[in-house]
Amino acid sequence: MKLTDHEKSMLDGEQGRAKARAMDLLLRYGEALGAERLVETNNVAGAFNASTPSVRELAKRGFDAVYSELNLDSPEIVEVPRMAANTCQLITGIDNERWRIQGIPDDLADQQKQAEAYFGRRGINMFATCTPYQVGNVPVKGEHCAWMESSAVVYCNSVLGARTNTEGKESTGAAALTGRIPYWGYHITENRRGTHLVEVEIDVDDIMDWGLLGYYLGEIVDDEIPVLTGRCHQPSLIKLKHFGAAAASSGGVEMYHIPEVTPEARSLEEAFGGNAIKDTLQYGAAERRIAYENLNCATDRNVDFVMLGCPHNSIDQVSLIASLLEGRKISLNTQLWVHTPRALREVADRNGYTSIIGEAGGVVMSDTCPAISRHMPRGTKVVATDSAKQAHYLPAITGVSAWFGSVGDCIEAALTGRWNGGLP
Amino acid sequence: MSVKGLGHADGATKIVLRGRKVVGGCAEGEAIVTQDTISGWGGINERDGTIIERRHELRGRSFKDKVLVFPGAKGSSGWSAYFHMARLNGVAPRAMVFNKMTTKIALGAVVTRAPAMTDLDQDPLRVIETGDWVKVDADNGIVEIFKRPPEASG
Repeated sequence: MKLTDHEKSMLDGEQGRAKARAMDLLLRYGEALGAERLVETNNVAGAFNASTPSVRELAKRGFDAVYSELNLDSPEIVEVPRMAANTCQLITGIDNERWRIQGIPDDLADQQKQAEAYFGRRGINMFATCTPYQVGNVPVKGEHCAWMESSAVVYCNSVLGARTNTEGKESTGAAALTGRIPYWGYHITENRRGTHLVEVEIDVDDIMDWGLLGYYLGEIVDDEIPVLTGRCHQPSLIKLKHFGAAAASSGGVEMYHIPEVTPEARSLEEAFGGNAIKDTLQYGAAERRIAYENLNCATDRNVDFVMLGCPHNSIDQVSLIASLLEGRKISLNTQLWVHTPRALREVADRNGYTSIIGEAGGVVMSDTCPAISRHMPRGTKVVATDSAKQAHYLPAITGVSAWFGSVGDCIEAALTGRWNGGLP
Repeated sequence: MSVKGLGHADGATKIVLRGRKVVGGCAEGEAIVTQDTISGWGGINERDGTIIERRHELRGRSFKDKVLVFPGAKGSSGWSAYFHMARLNGVAPRAMVFNKMTTKIALGAVVTRAPAMTDLDQDPLRVIETGDWVKVDADNGIVEIFKRPPEASG
């Protein structure tokens, strides 16, 4: 790879061992990709948390050891300096205030808080959410970013028109210290154009519709770039947040276009940018049914646990959940967790939503989700969720079975303890 | 495994593929092959190296000490972190051979620190079968495949 003088001086250790190790990783990574050079970035979203049990042993040697191994792939323990780029923390495994409800041991919660303090002082902003674009990190069109979190990456590229590949824990760790990331993939204009035309033949309007469409498409197009046409109604942040998360779970979708909606597709023609259409797909009632059946692996209609908020709920979603629960009580056999970024939980507290949900028997959580933390209420066998992503991952990670449906279906399940959802 | 390793010296069919180094080094072992892409976070158990994704062809099988042959990576950005932890836990594959380059797999292969190759001159998913003995010489851009004799037990 071609390096600038500044990059060479970092690699040679003239700016400290941490930057040297970061450059070493970026060089190995860039060469593996076949990248010709690095690109400057001043927007990094990564995972610097120490909230999993497997970090325990490393953390005994200090947080420099954690960062060196897990964020730089460095066998040498380097002292972590202040971040060179604007950097934020994505979702973690522990809610810093409600870890006991999660069933997290106290020592692990302490370790997580110490890690936050250590890395926070070094410039990692503790958003602690999978949706940094909801709480102040909204990159502009064309901005080069280095983001992890597949649901945030697809949002960043498609909805915001900023440029990032799906980075990992080590590459974001290196980018944060150097302000560099390989110039490859979605950083390059030609690689951002549509590949597949999707003709949507049924109305796609509510959140559940968007989740099913995303889940179906991800499995078919894998990591190619679908262009949606047809009966997609005007989406919102919430709907595209769900759509992208679903498509990035069943497949590897990192970019899509919706002509006249997303910024790099003012027209169908611009969405493809001269690319030949590789394939044309139809999405109708039969395809929706396939996605629905693939997501619903449960058979037992008794629901132990209802999870809402993957990707993390917007304040409007928390507001809706509170309005559906106001003055009611959830079933004694069922637990309800509602996940939202900590910055939005502050708003939910002030609006009284947290109290309403709490009085109904639910819990508003931040910083984490069950798939990341691998913690659910004790004894959970059957989960209901409005998230295609969570319904995809929870059975694989924790062995539970899952129902997927609308937020209304899920609240109904929380109130009655029974799943009565279905395709409309 | 060592018995099969010796087996290839006894005139087993040898096939040579050429391709591009992703991570340098040379390692050999028994192949585990899948036509399905693999998720890291949410797709593998990093403590024993098994595939855990529902509806995955290899669900319940471990890649520990095997040469993993697969189309590529999908899913969460935790791909590299989970293969990284699999290495720290001693359950990583010995080598990787794959078709489709992505940032997930490039970074994942780098931090797994096992020889890895892509862009082979024949489709490895068609040429290599589970149980074949495979040598991945990434430094020289060569994959050698010793076909498992038909009578060998699985």
